[in-house]
Amino acid sequence: MLSKVAKKMYWFGRYTERTENIARMINVNTHLALDLPRSDHIWGSLISITGLEEDFFDRYSIQNEKNVLKFLLTHHVSSLRNCIRQARENARTTRELLPNEAWEKINDLHIYLEKNSHLGVKRNGRHALLKTIIRRCQELTGYLTGCMSNIGAYHFIKIGRNLERADMTTRILDVGCLNLLNPDHPEIQEHEYILWMNVLVSLAAYQMYRQNVMEGVNGEDVAVFLLKNQHFPRAVSHCLAVVMDCCEELPNNVRAKRSVRHGQSAINACRVSQLLEESRLHWFMDEVQLDLADIHAQVAASWFGYEK
Amino acid sequence: MARGAPELPGRYDELLGANGRTRAGQGALASFLRRISLHDLNQRKHDAELAIRSMGITFTVYNEGENIDREWPFDILPRVIMKPEWDRIEAGLIQRLRALNLFINDVYNDQKIIKDRVLPRDLLASSKNYRAICRGVQPKFNVWAHICGSDLVRDADGTMYVLEDNLRIPSGVSYMLENRNISKQVLPELFAKYNILPLDNYPSKLLGTLKSISRHTSRYPEVVVLTPGIYNSAYFEHAFLAQRMGAELVEGTDLIVGKDDRVYMKTINGLSRVDVIYRRVDDLFLDPEVFNAHSCLGVKGLMRAWKKGHVAIANAPGAGVADDKVIYTYVPDMIRYYLSEAPILPNVPSYRCAEKLQRDHVLQHLESLVVKPANESGGYGLYIGPMESKRRTEKFKRLIKAHPRDYIAQPIIQLSTVPTLCDGGIEPRHVDLRPFILQGKQSYVTAGGLTRVALVKGSLVVNSSQGGGSKDTWILGKQGR
Repeated sequence: MLSKVAKKMYWFGRYTERTENIARMINVNTHLALDLPRSDHIWGSLISITGLEEDFFDRYSIQNEKNVLKFLLTHHVSSLRNCIRQARENARTTRELLPNEAWEKINDLHIYLEKNSHLGVKRNGRHALLKTIIRRCQELTGYLTGCMSNIGAYHFIKIGRNLERADMTTRILDVGCLNLLNPDHPEIQEHEYILWMNVLVSLAAYQMYRQNVMEGVNGEDVAVFLLKNQHFPRAVSHCLAVVMDCCEELPNNVRAKRSVRHGQSAINACRVSQLLEESRLHWFMDEVQLDLADIHAQVAASWFGYEK
Repeated sequence: MARGAPELPGRYDELLGANGRTRAGQGALASFLRRISLHDLNQRKHDAELAIRSMGITFTVYNEGENIDREWPFDILPRVIMKPEWDRIEAGLIQRLRALNLFINDVYNDQKIIKDRVLPRDLLASSKNYRAICRGVQPKFNVWAHICGSDLVRDADGTMYVLEDNLRIPSGVSYMLENRNISKQVLPELFAKYNILPLDNYPSKLLGTLKSISRHTSRYPEVVVLTPGIYNSAYFEHAFLAQRMGAELVEGTDLIVGKDDRVYMKTINGLSRVDVIYRRVDDLFLDPEVFNAHSCLGVKGLMRAWKKGHVAIANAPGAGVADDKVIYTYVPDMIRYYLSEAPILPNVPSYRCAEKLQRDHVLQHLESLVVKPANESGGYGLYIGPMESKRRTEKFKRLIKAHPRDYIAQPIIQLSTVPTLCDGGIEPRHVDLRPFILQGKQSYVTAGGLTRVALVKGSLVVNSSQGGGSKDTWILGKQGR
């Protein structure tokens, strides 16, 4: 497979996954806003998750619901609409590899979002919009799982998808921590349960968590589950295991595998209870994100840039 | 409902004859059109548009410095041609391409046709698409143009003429195939009634042709499609053909010519050998070492690799020499000269402005003629006498006098009409036809081709970049399959 094509498949995987994740995050925050007594500040946390505060404040002065939604749905380069544009562009330029129906699905979603993404800014149109986006992203993922040969191109889609997923899981966990530690809003502490539950729901992890963890919903167990569980598809450990499996199947994989292994041992070694006690979970999430960035760099160096 | 207008004098309608009666073989289509309501037809048109949108069938238009990705304009009513007539056309096209290939091979090697004074020497020397660097090369089977798209037009008396041959990088075949897919979806009942020759084997025939020209018989040939990239107006087609053939779609930057003068592509496994390049990049951008030094589309050293026979290129560099519209006027002579056969398909009668008598005639009758620059395509730079201003007529007179070699002139061909679904109902619109001809080890012609239709009433301009649409083309075998 051409290096250029591998790169496009990888980004296709990342962008479609990112679209679904952003949609989930907005969805959950909307619920949270209805549950919490004072909730305006939670919209700002959506911007912190994506790490785009600077871009946001270039455009808006207040982090209220309307501005945040506009930013995430339609405006910014990392908005839902733009993620799908990028995914479509990567698919359009690799149409010779992607199954036809997959192209049609991404093209349809693109057409849908170009027309409708603004409908999510107000609460009354939001639910339907986000539900449609999530459903269509899942259809696409499901279609690829069912119809694409498990070789080259698909490995790169999976690597992209799982790195993006792991990244988003750490970011959402991080926001949980940040909200709890927010000194301006001590009342959140009383609602800790709701907050962690929403963290789980935003990752579609609530049911799986309940089946797996005997205790109720609390910060430590949620963090352990989302970081270390081997079986839940959105847990960081599981994502890294998938990335590792894909790397195994590819040629010239030594550097990439070393980097994945490094990330895996950091997750295995960490003690969540201690991190929480010392208020260092936020610091640790940053570390994991740096590991993920390194895996990305090694994947790119191994397969995207041609070297003699 | 409707009824294309019966034939007006000076126009040939393919559905209805002079007396308003349906022509032979067109009966099923005509009765379908009589029975169906305009509402139902518009509904099907709408379905077709949705399908085109959802399948993402697009073409790119350059407009005021911007690339616009437009949806493919498609008219749902098919154009019908009977198989006996088609058989003759097919034979004519194969004959023509054989002669053209013999010609190209001759001008880059022995130049017998010049020595025998069938073609004037200075014509070749002044041809813009003649590439001296190709002298002495002998591609496999002596074939240079492996893929040819010839444009056919039907004049008022019903005769099919060859209007031009596209031997460089003819495009449109993907739209021909997609048109068929769509019309199967929207007119299924007609497919049940008619015996329509299938088209879908084109990609495998193309792959077969490309594989046959590989120089390396010991290994399974690696075929790639070389595209200028996503900003090219035919990018959709490049991706489409690569996908259908299971070939890699590459850009210049994905290829590299090694110290051994062989061509490699950059893959996740490292470098991998390439045997055949189906290039959709113009000659002049193929190799910055030889041609345009600033080209980023090409591959440094590609011409070296090709001349050494390490890689096959389709169409071969230099094949465009026969694209020249002045050379076109000699094609019937070539058929007689190389094949000792009579041409099956006629050329549109043409005047060579380089020859004094013919030039004088052209200059005197400019207002009633079409003038074409020798080396343009896509309908650019065309002069259509009856529609031009006095100023432009004067300008063309000056141009022809100053550069007679660069122009030919032809009488205006009235292009036949076929029923087309327009805003107000079914109306006759002018069409041409581009079949695709392959030549490698064997020859092949698509069953039909891409019918292009001028959607504006009375217009003769069918190019999609200038407001033209397209139709599915049905070659009808014997009824009752």
